[in-house]
Amino acid sequence: MTAVLELDQVARVYGDGRTAVQALDGVSLRVAPGELVAVMGPSGSGKSTLLNLAGGLDRPTTGRVVVDGTELGRLDRRRLAALRRRRVGYVFQDLNLLPGLTAVENVALPGELDGVGTRQARAEALAALDQVGLADRAGAFPDQLSGGERQRVAIARAVVGQRVLLLADEPTGALDSLAGEAVLELLRARCEAGIAGVLVTHEARYAAIADRVVFLADGRVVDQTTVAGGVV
Amino acid sequence: MSVKHALLALLDQGPRHGYGLKHEFEARLGQSWPLNVGQVYSTLARLERDGLVAPEPEGDEDTERRAFRITGAGRSALAEWLSAPVPREALSRDELLVKVVAALEAGAEPAVRVIRAQRTATLELLQRHTRSKAEAARRGDLPRLLTIDLLIAQAEAEVAWLDRCEARVAAGASDPGGEVRR
Ligand SMILES: Nc1ncnc2c1ncn2[C@@H]1O[C@H](COP(=O)(O)OP(=O)(O)OP(=O)(O)O)[C@@H](O)[C@H]1O
Ligand SMILES: [Mg+2]
Repeated sequence: MTAVLELDQVARVYGDGRTAVQALDGVSLRVAPGELVAVMGPSGSGKSTLLNLAGGLDRPTTGRVVVDGTELGRLDRRRLAALRRRRVGYVFQDLNLLPGLTAVENVALPGELDGVGTRQARAEALAALDQVGLADRAGAFPDQLSGGERQRVAIARAVVGQRVLLLADEPTGALDSLAGEAVLELLRARCEAGIAGVLVTHEARYAAIADRVVFLADGRVVDQTTVAGGVV
Repeated sequence: MSVKHALLALLDQGPRHGYGLKHEFEARLGQSWPLNVGQVYSTLARLERDGLVAPEPEGDEDTERRAFRITGAGRSALAEWLSAPVPREALSRDELLVKVVAALEAGAEPAVRVIRAQRTATLELLQRHTRSKAEAARRGDLPRLLTIDLLIAQAEAEVAWLDRCEARVAAGASDPGGEVRR
């Protein structure tokens, strides 16, 4: 199957000369539709850099990043921004939502920015909220929601509309382990529905929810699990 | 080990036959702890000898067909066991620890290889546990869920330990006078 995300020998160097930091060094990775890949590795190993490159928030020093069949390096700023808005969803550790907007307004925002039309954007947002079990909290403002609920809204916003790639950087942040698991089960369910997902996490128990776990060290992929079949 | 106490806990709910005990035990913990019926009968015989269970009065002579009930002494033994924390001080001879230390003889790099290979294998195990857990949750099988939660916690602890090992070995390798000495 064609990959939604393809990193091909991607390197990223920050700065130059003696202060240069090789954040990524020849990383290749393919993520198929419906697949959730977890990225683990020590602090500073390049996990967030990888996500930023995958989502077109940053450009590689060398190598190619292909999202949904399009090589990001070939796009001008405007096209890149459009692809990011339409095709890629992000979930960060926190500060995902605009505090002045309700849950449904937050989720509808990408669609509205994209000119989908207020009514359709809102309908899509409600559907996405329903998928994360929060249809009845659509009118709540972020500060009226628990941390776990806020992350679920963030996931809804990241998968609303026609998104094909979901990028999550420590989305379980400060949640306790049951709430964290609930958030990740949702993320997984959204991926199973056909989206490709990349999840950065420090915690093995969350990484294990993914189909595959990739280990980074010093900007390189040092190992990965094979797709685990069978039952214990 | 406490098959004995697990059987007492079941008998505390009412008299049971040996075969029924085996069945109920296995329904709860059998997947991780298979029990043969011979073990059940020999355990019952010991419990009877110690006065912790007694055969039902109107029962059969044959052990295999008799029902047993818990005695007062049995209830106290069960309560005492339940209220005593399981001792955890002793570190069993852990093969992984031995392997990492053995690899370290040849230097940091071989040790890191061992650590990484183990971490990948343990993560794969954790992935399988996570799948089984989802299944057990769908079935509403609480004892099985608790069993898998324990397996997950152990695998998680091992991964956390391996992360720490790798960081220590790396720090020791770049700073021979530092924290790590062999
Ligand atoms: N914008 C930047 N400018 C300079 N250096 C950077 C930049 N972003 C990241 N780096 C460096 O690149 C390396 C990788 O950083 P990255 O944020 O990808 O790590 P990480 O694996 O996400 O770590 P953590 O688990 O702590 O979030 C680090 O050494 C970091 O200092
Ligand atoms: Mg990071």
